[in-house]
Order: sequence, then structure tokens, then C-alpha cells
Amino acid sequence: MDNNYFEILRAGINTTFQDKGRNHLFHIGIPFSGAMDNRNFYLANKLVGNKLDLPIIEFAYQGPLFKFYGDKISIAITGDVIFKLKKKDIEIDGNCYESYQLEHGDEIDILSTNKSVYGYLAISGKFDVKFQWGSCSINTKAKIGSNEGKKLAKGQKINISEINPNQNKKKINYLNSRIENIRVIKATNFNYFSEESKNDFFEKKFTVSKLSDRMGMRLEGLKIENVVNTNIKSEGLLKGVIQVPADGNPIIMLSDHGTIGGYPKIGVVASVDYDRLVQITPGSKIKFKEIKLSDAETLFKLYEMETQNLISQI
Amino acid sequence: MIKNISNLGDAAIYCDFGVEVNKKINFEVIKYFKAIKEKNIEGIINLTPSYNKLIVSYDLRVTNFKEIKDKIENLEINEIQKITAKKLEIPVCCDALYSLDMERLEKKLNLSRDKILNNFFNKEYFCYMTGFIAGMPFLGDLDENMKVQRLETPRVKVPKGSVGLTEQFANIYTFESPGGWNIIGNTPLDIFDSSKENDPNLINPGDLVIFKQITLDKYKNYNG
Repeated sequence: MDNNYFEILRAGINTTFQDKGRNHLFHIGIPFSGAMDNRNFYLANKLVGNKLDLPIIEFAYQGPLFKFYGDKISIAITGDVIFKLKKKDIEIDGNCYESYQLEHGDEIDILSTNKSVYGYLAISGKFDVKFQWGSCSINTKAKIGSNEGKKLAKGQKINISEINPNQNKKKINYLNSRIENIRVIKATNFNYFSEESKNDFFEKKFTVSKLSDRMGMRLEGLKIENVVNTNIKSEGLLKGVIQVPADGNPIIMLSDHGTIGGYPKIGVVASVDYDRLVQITPGSKIKFKEIKLSDAETLFKLYEMETQNLISQI
Repeated sequence: MIKNISNLGDAAIYCDFGVEVNKKINFEVIKYFKAIKEKNIEGIINLTPSYNKLIVSYDLRVTNFKEIKDKIENLEINEIQKITAKKLEIPVCCDALYSLDMERLEKKLNLSRDKILNNFFNKEYFCYMTGFIAGMPFLGDLDENMKVQRLETPRVKVPKGSVGLTEQFANIYTFESPGGWNIIGNTPLDIFDSSKENDPNLINPGDLVIFKQITLDKYKNYNG
């Protein structure tokens, strides 16, 4: 059992174990975490014949380079990712949404995500990870989760505790759609902002800043002018909440967000757009589009049906 | 009582208990928080009580706004239910090594160091909520003459254990984190311990906290 592992030859920029995340902990200050792009997390597991919510490896921009030691294992990568498989005699350009079998000594070189942020690597089996509050998800800020809450580093070994013997090749045809229009439901402090800024918020484009990570996506563009109070009494936050601090630049809370915050909330990203929101790269332009609660609920149902449909095709 | 219930996005309910911050309103928030938690309502995945708000987030794949709103509105709140609160003493060292913002506090509050420490220590503070970072308690209320605004430029790194002041509240940085509160001292106690999954927070909403001043020598030799 201990002789199946990956050696990390290059760690990549932000490579972590993630799963469905941990819930029922906001009241003690622990965020949800989990895979940023849920659909691609589920698809990765399904492509290697796993239960959908098993821990996977998430990477951002430049991914890791792993060398495999052990028995045959099948792997799959999801997202929009450029990667190579280096086998004894040949080098293969890998395709996302297709499983591949690795043998002792093979390498997976995840060069980068393509015009997107996050990608996922699943194995047909189980990584030997530690669970905290029912989840292995690494939160590097709070140092919670497997690998002592730290991102994976060069030279480390990733042990595999179980390999699934059924390794039939699986694939689907799927292309990640990119979005520029993000649907948003007005939030509790929408009226803190000037008439002009309220219009601008839904009319003008914003640029995703480089200062974006698993905690939040910072935006730059026209300043959103607060005419009531630039602070509120601190209260709960959620992923997708758009806060506007005193400097007028909106910040969208993402999966590792602080659980409490004191900046006014102008809107919340509709759940249907969250998976695609997190994939928008720094420098890209986005535009917010107002949506009603009932429409957001319906659209999310359709999105979920689409995800289930993709899963059932594998 | 909840004054208003609205949606926050498509996967959460925003319960507004009013605009003021006081123990009475916060007690109501905690009461609802405990009652909803005990009910184990299907689909609810998180509850975030704060000074005067309660946010209930749910899994949109399982339930929706209307269902959860109905359940919260029809919740039976047991009025005799008491909140079990602990009383805790937190040792704090205010040596110049740790009281990073003492000069600023003296200037902004127009009080001497001794007066500031005298105002701060040996008083009972109430824990309104925990969060922002894991286990961080928000405690109040400070004396009227101790109210100070956040730093104009927040620190990129506030050391673990730092005790900060802002407005009528004190908090404790449970691990190194960015932050803008005025740092008065540092506690050697672990306020958050992720290895205790059932009870990682030393201080929980409703608890009472008294800060006790300790010397640098005692701080350095502190072992629980």
C-alpha cells in the first residue's frame, strides 16, 4: 500500500487537496473552502470511476509535475488545461475529460491552465490525506486540512492509499464555456450607493485584478461611490458576496473568504455563475447583470441538471 | 425578535435583528442561532450569527429561499432556554514588544499608558460573535473613553495572539493574519486549536472574558 505514490518534481503555483468543503463551521470562523469549480471537481472523479466527492488535486495557472511510482493507476484532468504525459519512450499531449493510465516511472506535467484559473487532477483511488471537520480541503490561511494546511511543495511525496482495479478508459466531449456577464442579485446594502454608481455597477465593465486568490476576486474600474456609510457593523459573508470597501473597488468573496466582514454588500453572484466566475483570469473584463431571485433559482436548477447529465454520460 | 427576513443572494437568508449593537439584541441572535442549529433543518449548511444579524445559508440543490424562510418564521423559540456561558480569564502582556499601537492609542485616546491599561484590564467583556478568521472573538463593550477607529492602513501581518481594539470592541488574532485593529498586547494562550475538532474555540458567543495583565517574564514562561 505504501509503495504507490507521486513524487512532486515541481509543485506549481497553488496546488492543494480539495473536496466538497466543510460546512456548519461559519459560526466559529472557518470558511467553506472546497474545490473552487464544483462541476469540474465532480467530472474529474467520475472520469476515474470514483465516488463524486473524493479528494482531488486542485492547481491554479501553472500546475505540478509529478512522477508516479507503483502499480497501474488511471488519472483524469478537468478544466481547460495543457498537460503532457511522459512515458518510457513517448510523450503524449494530454486531453482534458479523458482518462489515462500511468505506469511506474511515468510523469504528468501540468504545464498550465489555458485562459482559465483552476484545473483538477483525479486518480482512480484514494490519496492518503488527513480530514479535518470531514474535509481534506487545504485552507492555507487558517492552516486547516490535509498536508498541515499548506500547499503542496517540491520534493514531497503524495501517498496513494488505495487503487481502484477497474481502470476502463473513460471520456466525454465537454468544453468549458467562458462568461463575461456575471448575474448578480442585489444585496442588503445596495441603496448605500449613489444613483450613478448603482447604474454604473450594472452598466460598466470591471477588470479582474491580479490580487485575486481563493479568498476573493478584486475588481478595478469605475469607483462605486458610497453615500451612506463605508462601514457596516460586521456581519456574515458568503461566497459570491460583492463587498465595496471605502476605496470604491468591489471585491467578490470566494470559497476561502473570511466568515465575517464590515464592508457594505452591493450584490451577490448567482450560484449558477459561480463555477465560471472563479475561472476568470486577472486582466479580463467582466460585467454584472441584474437577476431576480426566482430566475436565479430556476437557472441554478438547469445548471445542476446539465451537470448531472454530463456525469451520467461518463 | 427578527425585524426583517430577506434573501442574501440565492442561497442564504438574512435575518435582521435591528441596527443597534447591544447584549440584548445579540442574545436574541444567539437564541435563534441555537434554536435553528438544534432543529437540524434539511439543507441548511451554515449559520453566521453576528452582533445583530443572523445569516442562514443553504444548499440550493436541496432547498430554497421560500422553504427555509417559512421554517424560520414558524420556528418555536423556547424562551426559558438559557445560554450556557463560560467565564474565562485571558492573560495579556502589554510589554512594548507586544503593545504595537500603544503610542497611537495614547495619542488618539488622549490617555496615559497606565490609564489605558487600567481601563482595559479586570473588566468583564461579553463575546458577541466569533469569526473573520477561525476562532477570533469579538468582545465588548470597552469603556466610552476607549473607543478608537481602525488603523488607516491595516497591517499585512498581525502577530498571533495579538489583542486588538476598535470602536467599542476588543478581539484576539488567533493566528497571524492581516488586520487593522489597534494592538494593545498579546496573549500566550491558544484561542483556536484546530486539533480539537469538537471544540476548537476557547471563547464562544455568550461567554464572558476578563483580561488579566501579565509581565513579560510570565508571558515567556507561560505554559497553560
